[in-house]
Amino acid sequence: MDRRKVAEQRLAAPIVRAEGLTKQVTTPDHELTIVKGATFVIRTGEAVAILGASGSGKSTLLGLLAGLDVPTAGRVWIGEDDLFALSEDGRARLRGQHVGFVFQSFQLLPALTALENAMLPLELAGGRDAAARARSMLERVGLGERLSHYPRQLSGGEQQRVAVARAFVTQPRLLFADEPTGNLDSVTGEHVIELLFEMNRERGATLVLVTHDADLARRCDRRIHIAAGEIVAED
Amino acid sequence: MTMPLAMRMLRRNAAAAELRVLFIALVIAIASVTTVGFFADRVQAALDQQANELLGGDLVLIADHPVPAKFRDMAAAGGLTVAQTRTFPSMVGAGEGVNLAEIKAVSPAFPLRGRIRVTEAVGGAEREVEGGPAPGTVWIGLPLAGRLGVKVGDKLKVGRAQLAIAEIIAREPDSVLDYFGIAPRVLMNEADVESTGLIQVGSRVTHRLLVRGDMKAVERFRAQAKPALGRGERVEGVRDARSEVRIALERSQHFLGLASLLSVVLAAVAVALAARRFSQREIDAAAMMRCLGATQSQIFRLHAAQFIVLGIVACIAGGALGYAAQAILAHWLSAFFTVQLPLPGPLPGVRGVGIGLVLLLGFTLPPLLRLRNASTLRVLRHELAASEPVSAAAFALGLVALGALVIWQAGDLKLGAIALGGFAAALAVAALAGYALIRAVAHLRGAAKGPWRYGLANLRRRTGASLVQIVALGLGIMAMLLLTIVRTELVTTWQQSMPPDMPNRFALNIQDDQLAPVQRLFADEGLTTPDLYPMVRGRLMAIGDREVSAAAFTDERARRLVEREFNLSWADRLRPDNRVVSGDFWKPGERAAQFSVEEGLAKTLGIKVGDVLAFDVAGSRFTAKVSSLRKVDWDSFKPNFYVIATPPVLQGYPANWITSFHLPAGREEVVTRLVQRFPNVSVIDMSALMAQFQRITDEVSRAVEFVFLFAIAAGLVVLFAAITSTQEERVFEGAILRTLGASTRQLAILQLAEFLAIGLLAGCVAAGGAVSLAVVLADRVLGVPYQVHALLPLAGIVAGGLGVAIAGLIGTRRAVSSPPLQTIRAVT
Repeated sequence: MDRRKVAEQRLAAPIVRAEGLTKQVTTPDHELTIVKGATFVIRTGEAVAILGASGSGKSTLLGLLAGLDVPTAGRVWIGEDDLFALSEDGRARLRGQHVGFVFQSFQLLPALTALENAMLPLELAGGRDAAARARSMLERVGLGERLSHYPRQLSGGEQQRVAVARAFVTQPRLLFADEPTGNLDSVTGEHVIELLFEMNRERGATLVLVTHDADLARRCDRRIHIAAGEIVAED
Repeated sequence: MTMPLAMRMLRRNAAAAELRVLFIALVIAIASVTTVGFFADRVQAALDQQANELLGGDLVLIADHPVPAKFRDMAAAGGLTVAQTRTFPSMVGAGEGVNLAEIKAVSPAFPLRGRIRVTEAVGGAEREVEGGPAPGTVWIGLPLAGRLGVKVGDKLKVGRAQLAIAEIIAREPDSVLDYFGIAPRVLMNEADVESTGLIQVGSRVTHRLLVRGDMKAVERFRAQAKPALGRGERVEGVRDARSEVRIALERSQHFLGLASLLSVVLAAVAVALAARRFSQREIDAAAMMRCLGATQSQIFRLHAAQFIVLGIVACIAGGALGYAAQAILAHWLSAFFTVQLPLPGPLPGVRGVGIGLVLLLGFTLPPLLRLRNASTLRVLRHELAASEPVSAAAFALGLVALGALVIWQAGDLKLGAIALGGFAAALAVAALAGYALIRAVAHLRGAAKGPWRYGLANLRRRTGASLVQIVALGLGIMAMLLLTIVRTELVTTWQQSMPPDMPNRFALNIQDDQLAPVQRLFADEGLTTPDLYPMVRGRLMAIGDREVSAAAFTDERARRLVEREFNLSWADRLRPDNRVVSGDFWKPGERAAQFSVEEGLAKTLGIKVGDVLAFDVAGSRFTAKVSSLRKVDWDSFKPNFYVIATPPVLQGYPANWITSFHLPAGREEVVTRLVQRFPNVSVIDMSALMAQFQRITDEVSRAVEFVFLFAIAAGLVVLFAAITSTQEERVFEGAILRTLGASTRQLAILQLAEFLAIGLLAGCVAAGGAVSLAVVLADRVLGVPYQVHALLPLAGIVAGGLGVAIAGLIGTRRAVSSPPLQTIRAVT
C-alpha cells in the first residue's frame, strides 16, 4: 500500500480512471458477468498491460475504457471527461482527439490506400494537412515507399505498421492496443512492439495494451491481472 | 426427415435479408409477367367469346367491290341465312353540325349473330334489340350523338337523304377496338343507300356477305367459296379470324410481354446475388453437417426444399399481385375497347409460375450445388477450404432459360432474337458506360474529403456490385425516361415541326363536275383555292411479265399492298414537293403512257425504272412503262400517290378528286357549308386526328410505363440484394470508423456518398441511353430533329440519385447505428 502511494506520487496526473466498471450480458438462461467492478487508475505516460486468460474479460475491459462498448454499471473518466455521460458521438469525438487504437487483426479499411488509411482519423476530426501529417507518420514507421499500396498488397507486419501510424497520427494522449502482436510471427511482432514503445516514449503517450505475452507484459511499467472478469492482482 | 428440418431452417432463415430479397425479386418478376399475361388473356377472351358476334355472323366474305352473286347463290344452295353490309366513310349532318361518320348500310337480316345494344339518350339505360334499322331510319353511335347534339327522333342528313334517328348505339357487334373514334358509326338500311347518292364510282366501299347456319353447312360453304375467291376477296371465320385488329393486338401484347421481361431479367440478377449470399452464409453450417455425417444429397435436399417452398409462396403472391395490377393496365387501355373485357383465366398465372420456377432453378441451383460440396476442412480452418466463387458460367442454365423465355414471349424467332440482342446490347452498353463512370468517379475521389472520399473509394472497391446496381437501376430508369420523352417532348416537337399553314383537313370524294364550284366556294370564303388531285382506283396486275399475287411476296407490307387497290393519279408536271430520285419525269404535254412510282413502294415490290406495269381499272387492263421513281414527303399532309401516270393513261376512267387545305381556327363553318352544298364530299379533320394520336400515344405509353414500373422495382431489389451481400462488411467498417472517431453523421455521409454516386451514375446511364434512343426515334420514326431539353434527363439523374440514396440509407442503417465493439469482435 505504501509503495503504491509512493509510486502514484511519483507519477503524473491520472488519465484514465475506472470506478466499479461492470459489464453483464443477458443470455437466454442466465446473466453473464464479463467484467465485475473494475476500479483502477492509469496515469499519464504509463505503459500498462492487462493480462488474463482467454475469455477472462480483458478485451471487453479495454473496449469499455475506450468507450467502444457501454458498461452495465460503473464509470470511466478520460482526463476530465466522464466517458459514459457523453453521447455515442461525443465518445467518438473524444476518441478522435485523444485516443489511438491498435487491433489484433489490423482492421485497415480495404478500399483505401495506406496513406488514405492513415489520413482517416485526421480527416474525420476535420484536421488540416492530413495528407502531409499522415505521410510523415508513415515514413516514421518505415512505409514511406508504400503510401499508395492497398492493404491487400501489404504484409501482415506492414499492415500493422500502417495501423500504428493511423493510431499515432492524431498525436493521441492515450493508446489502446488489443493483442497487437496476436496475428504476427514473433520477429515481426517484436518489430511492432519496438515501434509501439518508441512512439510511446517519443510522444509521451500513455499505453494500455491487452496481451497474454509475458515478455511484452514485462516491458510495461505495470500489469493488471484479470480472471473471470475481476482484477485479481496488480504489480 | 429432411422436410421438417428444412422447414425449421426456413423459418429461421426467413428473417435473413437475402431470402427476403430473393422472395421479393421472384414476386416482382412473376407479378410483372402475369400483369401483362392476365391483361392479354382478357383481350384474347373478349375476341374469342365474341368471335362470331365480332364477325356479325359465322363466316364473312369481305370484298373491296360488290360481292359476286355466285357466293350468294352458293350460300343459298347450302341452306345458309345471309346478310349483306356495305361500309364507307361519309359526312353526316344535323342542323349546322357536320361530322365524318363510318356508315354501314345493312340488309334486313343483320346482324346474324349478336345483338346491338342501344340507348335512347346519351347516358340513358341500355337495352339489346333484335335486327337493325328500318328503312328511312338510322341508328347512330353515341359519340356522334354527342358531337352533333342530336336525340332520337331528330333528322340526320346522310348524303342527299334525310333519315330519322331511331336509336343511339351503345355497343354493336363487329367492333371491339375503337382505334380512332374519329368516324363514329351510322347504321342505316340498305334500302336507303340509293337515295343518299353517296356510293359513286371510285368510292371506297367495303362489302361484306355474312352467313349463318349449322357448323357443317358453314364449313361446306367455306370449302366451296375459298377456291372461288378473286382478287380483293377473302373469307374470315370464327376460328381463323386473323383480322388486322387481332394481329395488331397480338403484336402489342408481344411488345408488352417483352417489356415485362425486363423486370424478369433484372430480378434474375437479384435472385442470383441473393442465392450466392445465402450459400456463402450456409456453407459453414453445411460443412459442419457433413462432419456430423450428412450426405451430399441430404444437404442439397435440405436447402433445395427451403427454396422450393419459398418459390411456391412467391409464385402465389406474385400471381395475386399480377392479377390485381392487370386491372390498372386494363383501366389505362380501356378507352381502346368498346366491349367489356371478360375476367382473365388461370393460364397466365400458370405461365407466371413457370417463369418463377425458371428463375428459381436457373439462378439458385449453382450456389446450392456448391453447398453440397462444402468441404469438411472448413470446420478446421476456413482458409484451407476457400471455395471457388460461383462463376458466371454456372448460371449458363439460367441464362439459356431466360433467352428461351424472351424468344417465346416475342412469339417469333426473329423478333425474339432481335429482342434478345437488344437486351444483351442494352446490358453491355449500360455496363460499359457504368464501368467507365465508376473509374472516373474513383479517380476523382482524391478531391473529396473524409467520409465522402471513403464512400467513393468503396464504389470502386466493390466495382462488380456497383456495376450490377448501376446497370439494373439504369435500365429501369431509362425505360421510364424514354417513354416520358416520347410522350411529352417528341410528340410536341413533331407537332411543332409542322408549318402553321400546314393542311389540317382532307376533302375526298369530290366529283368531276364539282371541281370548279368547290374551288369557287373556297375563293368566296376568302381561303386559298386548294389544288385538287384526281384519284382512280386500280389494281396492280403485273410487273414486267411477272403476274402479281400476294402469294409471290414474303414481305407482309408487300402482300397487303398488292391485295388492295391502289389510288392512282395523273399529272402533267412534277409537283414541287416531289423529287425524282431515279429516271426522268415526263415533260408537260407528254402523250406517251408512262408511270412515276414512289421509291418506297418500288423498293417493297421490286419495281425498277424501265419496268412495264399492268393495272386493272374497273375491269379494263392497260400497261405503261415506269420512267421515274419519286421521293414523296408523306408528312406534308398533302395528298400523295404511289403511282402517277401521264394524263392520257387515266383520264378516260371515272375519277374522284381529293385535296387538302388549311382551315384557320374559328372557320369550322366552312366545312359545314362545303358539305351542305356537296353532300358526297367527306372532310377528315386532321387536327382531331393529331389530337387522337396524342391521346393514344399518351395512353399506350402510360400503360407501358406502368409495366416498366416493375423493372424499376426489380432494379431496387437488385440494389437491396447488393446491399445485403455487403451488409456485414459495411457494419464492420462502420465500427472501425467509429473507433477512429467518426460521428453518426460522418458514417451516414459515407454510405450516402456511395449510394448517391450509384444513383447518379445509374441516372447518367439512363439519361444517356434515353436521349440517344430518343434522337434515333425522332430521326427514324418521326423524322424531326430532337432538340435535347436538359430538364427530363436531369430529372432522371436527380431522381435516380435521390431514390437510390434514400433506399441505400434505409438498407444500411444498421451499419451506421451498431455499437462498435460487438461488431468488430463478431466479425474477427
